[in-house]
Amino acid sequence: MSELSVSGLTKRFGGLVAVNDLSFSVNQHEILGLIGPNGSGKSTTLNMISGSLKPTEGIVNFRNRELQDLPAHKISRLGVSRTFQLVRTLPSMSVVENVMAGAVFGHKRLWGKRLQQAASEALERVGMADKRGAAISQLTYIDTKRVELARAMVSDPRVLLLDEWLAGLNPSELEIGIDLIHSLREQGVTVVLVEHVMDAIRSLCDRCVVMASGQMIIEGNTHDVLQHPEVIKAYLGDDDA
Amino acid sequence: MTSKEWRQLTLLLVAVALMALIPLGDDGYWLSICISIVMFTALATSWSIFSGPTHYISLASAAFFGIGSYVTALGFESLSLWVLVPIAGVMGALIAALIGLATLRLSGVYFVIFTLGLAELIRQITTWVQNASGQKGFYVLTDVTESQLYWALLGLCLFVFLLGGLIERSRLGFAVRIIGDDEAVARHVGINTALTKVILFMVPGAVAAMVGAILAPRYVYIEPSLAFAPILSFQVVIMALLGGTGRLWGPLVGVVPFTFLWEFLSSTFPNQTTLLLGVAFLVIVFVLPQGFIGLFASIKRRMNGGRA
Amino acid sequence: MDILITGILLGGTYALIAMGLNLQYGVARIMNLANGEMLVAGGFAAFWFYVNQALSPLLTWVLVAPVAFLLNWLIYQIILRPLVKRAKNRGMLERDSILATFGLSFIGVGVMLASFGGDYFSYSFAATPVVIFGDTFGLNRVLSFVAAVILCGAVYLWMHFTRIGMAMRALAVEPRSAGLVGIKVSKLAAIAFALGGTITAVGGSLISTYLTLDASTGVVFTLKALIIVIMGGVGDIRGTIIAALMLGIIETLVASLIDPGLTLAAAYLLFILILLFRPQGLFGRVRS
Repeated sequence: MSELSVSGLTKRFGGLVAVNDLSFSVNQHEILGLIGPNGSGKSTTLNMISGSLKPTEGIVNFRNRELQDLPAHKISRLGVSRTFQLVRTLPSMSVVENVMAGAVFGHKRLWGKRLQQAASEALERVGMADKRGAAISQLTYIDTKRVELARAMVSDPRVLLLDEWLAGLNPSELEIGIDLIHSLREQGVTVVLVEHVMDAIRSLCDRCVVMASGQMIIEGNTHDVLQHPEVIKAYLGDDDA
Repeated sequence: MTSKEWRQLTLLLVAVALMALIPLGDDGYWLSICISIVMFTALATSWSIFSGPTHYISLASAAFFGIGSYVTALGFESLSLWVLVPIAGVMGALIAALIGLATLRLSGVYFVIFTLGLAELIRQITTWVQNASGQKGFYVLTDVTESQLYWALLGLCLFVFLLGGLIERSRLGFAVRIIGDDEAVARHVGINTALTKVILFMVPGAVAAMVGAILAPRYVYIEPSLAFAPILSFQVVIMALLGGTGRLWGPLVGVVPFTFLWEFLSSTFPNQTTLLLGVAFLVIVFVLPQGFIGLFASIKRRMNGGRA
Repeated sequence: MDILITGILLGGTYALIAMGLNLQYGVARIMNLANGEMLVAGGFAAFWFYVNQALSPLLTWVLVAPVAFLLNWLIYQIILRPLVKRAKNRGMLERDSILATFGLSFIGVGVMLASFGGDYFSYSFAATPVVIFGDTFGLNRVLSFVAAVILCGAVYLWMHFTRIGMAMRALAVEPRSAGLVGIKVSKLAAIAFALGGTITAVGGSLISTYLTLDASTGVVFTLKALIIVIMGGVGDIRGTIIAALMLGIIETLVASLIDPGLTLAAAYLLFILILLFRPQGLFGRVRS
C-alpha cells in the first residue's frame, strides 16, 4: 500500500529546472533510496515533500492527503519528520531538550512526564542515553547526528526523510549508523533516504529511485538498479558503462 | 512546582510587598523615582518576554504607551480608570496582533524598521485627527492619587513577572526558545512560527498600553507629542538589553541603574541625554552583549576555575 | 500636473539619499540607522558654508564629499567591522549593526545639538521661480533634481561598467561566493559603506537648499530611505530610483490633496502594502 507518493513533481528556480516531472511512490514500512549524482535534485525533492520548498507543479500525496500546498509545520504534524543535510541542532539547549523539541508540537503533542519518558526512550534507541544532560557544543559529529535523529523519531512519525544522514562518517561510525537506520524499521516507520554512500544503499534500501539532472532515470529493486548501465553512466560518465 | 520555583515566587512576592510600602514613607522624590523604576520594569520585562528569545528588537513601546494614554484620555469621564486599564490592555494586544501578522512573517529587520516609525506615524495621524476635530489635547483630571498609581503599576509589574514565569514553563515558552535558536527546525517540528511570534508580541503590546493608561492622569494633559514620544521606546530597549534578556529578572537589573543615571543627567546636563542614549547603545553592543547578567555569568564561570 | 512634477523633483533627491543607504545595506550589509544624521550633517555643512563663506551649495560637495568619505570609512573600520567579524550569521549582524548605528545616530544628534543648537536652519538659495510645463517651481528644487540625476546616473554607470562597481554588485547578490572569485570582501564593504555615506551627505547638502532641517529631523529621513530601499529591492539601483520617485509623487499627492502632516503616514501605507504583498521589493530577489 502506498504511504507516500509524488506525481508530476517539478521545481523551477527562475530559469533553472531543478526537478522535472518526478513521480514515484513509497510503500508502507519500505526504505526507499533516492540516489543520483550531485545536483540531480534529490535534496530539492526531499525539501518539497517536507514543506521547506513549495513545488512549482505536481502533487505530493501522503495517506490520501495532498501536502504540496501545506506549510512545513502542518506537514510535520501529520507525521512526516526529517533530518537536514547540515545537522541542525538547537545550540542553547541540552541534548535531552533538543530531543523533546521533536515531540511537543508533533501529532502526539507530549508534555510533562510522558514527554520526558518519550525523550529518554528516543535517546536510548540512538545510543545517547548517557549524554542526555550534555551541551550540544560538546558533542562529536556523529553524536549530533544521533540527536537529530532522535528528535525526528521521538514524535513517532509515519514517514522519515533522511537527507544524507550518513555523510561524513568514518567506517566504524558508518556501521553504527546503518544499524540504527535498520532498527528504525522495527518501529514501523517508512523511510526515504537520500544518500551517496553505496554500501549503505545496498544494505538498507529495498528499492531505489535514481535521479539525474532533475529527472528520474530508473526505479526498482536496489540490486538491479545499481547494475543498470544508465545508472552507471549517470554516475561515472559514458566510458565505464 | 520545584522548590527553586517556590523560592523565586516567594522572593518576588516579598519584593513586591516591600516596594508597596514606599508611598507610606515618602510621597515626594522617592515615590517619583520608584514610579519610574516600576514603570520601566513593567515595560522592559514585558518587552524582553518577546524580544529576548526571538531577537526581534521592538521599538513599538512608545506607540502602545500612547494608545493606552489615549484610552484613558478619551474614556475617563464615563468610566473608572480601573476599567479603562484592562480595556487599554486589550486594545494594545489587538493592535500588536495586527502589526505582528503584517510584519513577523518576515525577517527581523523589517520589524525593527516598522516599529521605529510606528510611534511617529500614530502621532501624525492623531495630530491630524485632533486638528480636524478642533481639540488639540485632552485634560485628564481625576482624583486618583500618585500612590494609587504607583500601586497599580506595582500590581502590573507583578502580573508581568507571573505571566513571564508561566510562559517560560509552557509550550509557548519552549516554542519561542526553539524559534530563537533555529527557525527552520522550529517549523519542521510542527511549530507555527508566525502565529507563535504574534501571540507573544501581544504581551508587550498589552502591558505598554496598560502602563500608558495608568500614567495618563499623572501627565494631566494628553496630546500627541507627549503621549507618543519615541524616546520611550529607546529607553526601554536600552534598559532591557543593559540588564540582559536571558533571565526574567534581567531587565530589572538594567532599569534601576539606568533610571538613576537618567535622573542625574536630566538634571545636570539636560542637553546631553541623547548623547547618553547613543553611548549606552554602543556599550551594549561592544561591552555587554548579554547585558549585566551575562557579565555576572561569565565572571562566575571564571571564578569557578574556568571549567567548561 | 504640477503635483506630478513636484513629486518627481522630490523623488529625485530622495533617490540620492536612499542610494547611499542602498550601498550600505545592500553591499556592506549594514543597516545604517544613522543615515539620516549623515544627511543632516551634510545639510549643516552646506548651510554653514553658504552663510559664512558664501559658497554655493552646489559646490559644497567638493568639501563635504571627501570628509564624509573618510568619516564613514573610519566608522566602518573602527565600529562596524568588528561586528562583522564577530557575527555568526546574518541575523546577528543585522541586530548588532542596528543597535550600533542607533548609538551612532544618537551620538550624531547629540553632537549636532551641542555644536549647532536645536534650532531649525534654513537659507534661501536659488529660490527664484522656474516655469516648467506651465507651472512654477523653485529653481533650487530643479537644480537639486538635476544634480541628483547626474549623481544617480554616475553611480549607476559606475556600478555597471567599472570593475569595482561590478564587484560590489556581486557582493550584494551573493556574498558567500564573492570571496571565492577573488573579491576582497572586507575592503570592498568598507569602500561601499564610505561611498554610501558620502552620497547621503551630498544629498543632504542638496536637500538643504529647499527643505528646513534641524538636528532632530534625521530620523524621518532614515525611515524614508529605509522604506525606499526595501520597496525597490535591496541592492538594486534601478529599484531604488523608481521607488524614490514613487514615494516623492505619492507624498506630494497626499500633502497637496489631503494634509501635509500625513506624509509619513503615506510612506508607511506604501511600506505596509509592500510588506504584505511583495516583501522582496519591486526588483529584489526572494531570499531562499
